[in-house]
This record gives sequence, structure tokens and C-alpha cells, in this order.
Amino acid sequence: MLNRIKYYFKAFLLVELLQGLAVTWRHLWAPKITIQYPDERTPQSPRFRGLHALRRYPSGEERCIGCKLCEAVCPAMAIVIETAQRDDGTRRTTRYDIDLTKCIFCGFCEEACPVDAIVETRIFDYHGEKRGDLYYTKDMLLAVGDKYAAQIAQDKAADAKYR
Amino acid sequence: MDFASLVFYFFAAILLLSALRVVTAKNPVHAALALVLAFFTAAGIWLLLEAEFLAITLVLVYVGAVMVLFIFVVMMLDINIEEMRKGFWDYLPIAALVAGLMAVEMVVVLGGDRFGLTAPAPLPADFSNTKQLGLLLYTDYVYAFELAAVILLVAIVAAIALTLRRRPNRKIIDVGWQVRQTHEGRIRMVNLKPQKPEAKPVEDDE
Amino acid sequence: METMQQLLGPAWMPTWIVIKIVVIVLPLLIAVAYLTYAERKIIGWMQVRMGPNRVGFFGYRLWGLGQPIADAVKLMTKEIMLPTGANKTLFLTAPVLAIAPAMAAWAVVPFNDRMVLANVDASLLYIMAITSMGVYGVVVAGWASNSKYALLGALRSAAQIVSYEIAMGFALVGVLMSAQSLNLVEIVQHQAGGFWQWYWLPLFPLFIVYLIAGVAETNRAPFDVAEGESEIVAGFHVDYSGMAFAVFFLAEYANMILVAALVAIMFLGGWLSPLPFLPDSMVWLFAKMSFVLFCFLWFRATFPRYRYDQIMRLGWKVFIPVTLVWILVVGAFMQTPLGYLFH
Repeated sequence: MLNRIKYYFKAFLLVELLQGLAVTWRHLWAPKITIQYPDERTPQSPRFRGLHALRRYPSGEERCIGCKLCEAVCPAMAIVIETAQRDDGTRRTTRYDIDLTKCIFCGFCEEACPVDAIVETRIFDYHGEKRGDLYYTKDMLLAVGDKYAAQIAQDKAADAKYR
Repeated sequence: MDFASLVFYFFAAILLLSALRVVTAKNPVHAALALVLAFFTAAGIWLLLEAEFLAITLVLVYVGAVMVLFIFVVMMLDINIEEMRKGFWDYLPIAALVAGLMAVEMVVVLGGDRFGLTAPAPLPADFSNTKQLGLLLYTDYVYAFELAAVILLVAIVAAIALTLRRRPNRKIIDVGWQVRQTHEGRIRMVNLKPQKPEAKPVEDDE
Repeated sequence: METMQQLLGPAWMPTWIVIKIVVIVLPLLIAVAYLTYAERKIIGWMQVRMGPNRVGFFGYRLWGLGQPIADAVKLMTKEIMLPTGANKTLFLTAPVLAIAPAMAAWAVVPFNDRMVLANVDASLLYIMAITSMGVYGVVVAGWASNSKYALLGALRSAAQIVSYEIAMGFALVGVLMSAQSLNLVEIVQHQAGGFWQWYWLPLFPLFIVYLIAGVAETNRAPFDVAEGESEIVAGFHVDYSGMAFAVFFLAEYANMILVAALVAIMFLGGWLSPLPFLPDSMVWLFAKMSFVLFCFLWFRATFPRYRYDQIMRLGWKVFIPVTLVWILVVGAFMQTPLGYLFH
């Protein structure tokens, strides 16, 4: 009986609703935690898996030896590689394409690579205006690698002792 | 022609057109919406006659409530209007007869000089239509008014009583019961001692 | 003004009325635009976000004050799509049916003793009649879209609006019993003498019922099952795009502002100042309206959506009995020497 009276009292005075309103009222004044993206960025791990890049040795020689391990391991079958012998007798890729619309950014290619040629960079905010723009060819991947070489080297060094 | 009669003819034309649409429209929803327009215009004409309380009540009750429910029903019915229209010409003579009778009756009641477009005598600006109506309803006509209210109540109760079917095993949800539930009736807090699985003795195979 | 009056002659009266209408409607539309901005900001803050803060004017961000303008331009330049099998005339009439009552009701809303477009005797009745017509926009839109989601949304919201109108009407009966007038100006004048004289105190249950019914009437959260995103996408206006959608949006927010104005006038003393020694002015009315509107947004940020049968139960089995009981209480008290409490 007493419980019933208590219940009606609570229901008609809208106690629980007022409690809820108090919570939102408190949060109205709480400091905001939004990170204003283009101006501010969240911190990233050196292991961040973003856009792919093909690296070179300091001499300028490209690292990739065309072993096709990454192609084999890729779960999304996003990588296509064709190889041929170069004039100096080494085995090199003639084609190295990554379809970024297929890629799931699992990082297996990076792990599989014996020469650290294919890596994933910190870049996550690239875009294409049409579907084909996200089909990265060897030249594009090498260009990404050249552009962010210093950053990639630094990330690799930071992660080296855990590998 | 002064402004008031211009407005009157404007409203009257819309009223007649929309009333015509009610009976001629092929789509029942269109017909119902035309009826809404007819009510609204009729309210406009009543406003011209300084019967603002009645006009607003017409909008409030008929346009705001009755017609909404009407459209509600019409919207969900799949009426084939062509099918229903089949007997149109057969019924026309008798319908014309009824319509003619009604017209004659109206002429008799309103007829002669009273049929003119003379506006009622202007009343003082602070004359409250609503107040006068209320005074009349609750003094002179109080019994008739209360009787009408009781009849309406009976109609409501009868409608519910006629359509209410008490079926056992209905899976209806009692909202009040649901809302009253608290966690006390639902969750039992049990104080469990932390338990560890017993370590299996390591067997040396070799 | 005198010269204009002589210049236009008999055409002066209609022109003057049109000017007055524009003076009411234009700020109303701007208020609607910035109400959407306020909604996004306040709900953002309550969710520990920032809300829109990018679009400004002349290269300055100005806390995102340009956002409503940008939204309006976007909606105006978008295509109005017509669904297959939709009833074209009614499809395009529905937004107009929705917004016209929301605007027309402002004709009798008083801003202070003298500033009211039409000081009609039965203005309270007029408001109830006009607002009850807003449901047609919803119903017609839902039916004309030729879509099951739109139809379901329209049915839900029409049933909801019609049900809550009754509770609202009863709440207003209490007000007009206290004020002994149907005229909004007189209702406010009856509340003179400080905030303890306003009707929210003697008619407290009716005030709460009216406020909540107002939220339900405008189909706002937590009563927004009409557009329940998780079940019926967006309710009656699923198939609307571009300016047609924008007009529905305008109508919803204009209705919110209207309900806020009515709450302020009928329960919070309109333009009267809360303390007798402060001067009465329109500013008070706007402050009270802003408070009520803030409550609307606050509710939306706080409460989860009601289930449909619970809404109906609340309207018919809780609000209507509560209002009826309180009307009886008011009526009984008015026959006793304590009647002055309710005047």
C-alpha cells in the first residue's frame, strides 16, 4: 500500500523525468570533448594502418622484389602483381596494383613483406572523385612512399623493437 | 457592390464548387478533402454574418476532428468508385426529386424578402457572440442542452459496448502494469563468493 | 505614415494589414531558422559535443551562425522529387496545408496590450480551430506519397494530434474559466501582479499537461513516433525532398514557436513582468517563449522515445482525467470565498 502511494507520488511529480533532465542540464555545462578534425587531430599509433606506400632503399632502388607474398596473403584479393626480369638480372615487379575499394586495411601485406617494401602509412583522409581514382598503381604507391619516406622510416624505427 | 458582398460571392462560389466536387470527385479522398474545403468556406460565410463562435466551432469540430477521422477511414479503404457509380443514372430521378423537395422547403422557410443578402443589424463592437450563446444555452435551453449531452454520451457508450469483444487469451499489453515495474521486481542481487576452478594435477607423461 | 495613408486612399487598410503580416511572419521565419540552429547547438552541448560551428559570414566562423542560411540554400536548390504513383496535386499541396495554420494562428497572438494583428473576441477558440487544421498537411502528405511508410507515419501522427488536442483543449478550458474570457489579451491582463499571479501556479496540473501535450501536438521528441526513424524511416514526409521538405520542417518549428507563445501567454503571464516594479514589455514574452523552447530542446536531449500505445494511454487515460479533475477543482473553488486564488 505504502509502495503504491509512493509510486503515485513519484509518477505524478515526474521525479524520474526531473532526474533525467538534471543529468542533461549538468552536461550542458560540461567541457566539450570534440576534436575539431581538420584543425586538430587525434594522436595516432606508429602502427596506424592507412594508405599504402611502396618504399625505396636510401640508394633510390625500390625495395619490392616481386615475391608476391602480399598478393597471396591479402584476404580481400586487392593486390595484383606481375613480375619480370630486369636488365641487371634482378626480379622486379612490372605491375603492382592495390584496389583500395577492396582493401580492408588488415595490414597482412605489411607483415608478410620480407623486405619492408609495402607499408601502410598514417594517411587516412585521402579521397577519389570517382571509383577508379582509388585504384592505386605502382607509380602512385611509389610516389606516396617517396613523399612520406621520412615519416614511414620514423614509424618503422619506433616499431622496430617489437618486431 | 461593397466589399462584404464581394467576399460573400467569392466564398459562396468556392463553397458551391467544392460541394459539387464532393459528389463528382472520382477519388473518395478527394471528395472528403473537398468536403473539408466546403466546411471551411461555410465557416467563412458564417463569419461574415458575425456568427464567429459558430464559425470557429464548425472549423474546430468538423474540420479539426470529424473530417480527420473521416479521411482516416477513407484513406485506408480501397473503394472502387466506378463500381459504386454504376447505378448513378437509375437513381437520378428519385435523387432529383429529393433535391427539388429540399430546395422548395428552403425557399418556403427562407423565401421572399428574407432571401436577400441583407446583413444583420450591426451590433456594438463589444458584443460577445460567445457570451450570449453561453447565456442562452445554460439558462433558457439548459434542459435541452443537457439532454443532448446525455444522448451523445449514450451514443458513445453504446458504440463502445457494441464493438467491444471480450476475448480470453488476448496478448494485449497492460501499459500501466508495464510502466509500474521497477528493478526490484526484476533483478535479484546475489552475493556470490569469488570462485576459482580447481587446479588440475599436472600429469607427467614422460 | 500619414502621407502614405493619403496616397493610397481606400487601399491603405489592406496594405497596412499586409505590412503587419510581413512584420510578424518574417521574424517568425528567421526565428524558425535560428531555432534549428539553437536545437543543434543545445542538444550538442548536452551530449558533450559542440554542434555546428563552421559556417559563418564573411570568412569568420562566428560559432556557426551561418548554418541555418546554408541549410536553407541547400534545400532550396535541391530537386523536389515526385514518387511514382503519387498524387501530384495533393503531394504538392500538403506542405502548404501544414504551414498555413502554423502561420495563420499568429494573427491573434498578442505581443503586448496593443500589438496584436486581430484582437478578436474568441481568439482562444480561433487558435484551437486553426491549430487543429495542421493535421491535414500530415494526413494528406502521407496519403499522397503513395508509400506505406508515409501512410503509417501519417496515421500515427494524425491519431496522436487528434488525441492530444482534447487534453490541450481541456487545459485551455481551465484557463478560460480563470480568466473568464476567450480573448488572449484579456487572459494576459487577468494575470497581472507578479509571477505568483500567473496561471501556472493555480493551474499547475493544467500547465504541465498543456506543456507536455504541446510537445506531443508538435510531434516532437519524446513523442515523435510519427517519424520514428528506426521503424518508419521519417514518417509522413519520407518522400519529400528539397523545398517541399523544408516547408514541412518550417511548419514543425513554427508550430513549436506557436506553442511556446501560447504557453507563455496563457500560463506565464505573456508580456507581464515577473515582478510588479519592473516594466511590462514584449521582451518578457520573448524571454518566456525562449524558456519554453529551451525546454522543448531539453526534453528532446533527455527522454527516449515513447512507445505508441503508451502515448495513447498517456493522452487518454492520464491527461484527460487529470485536466477534468482540475477543471472540477477550479470550478468548485470559484464558488467558494477562496475563488480569488484562481482569478
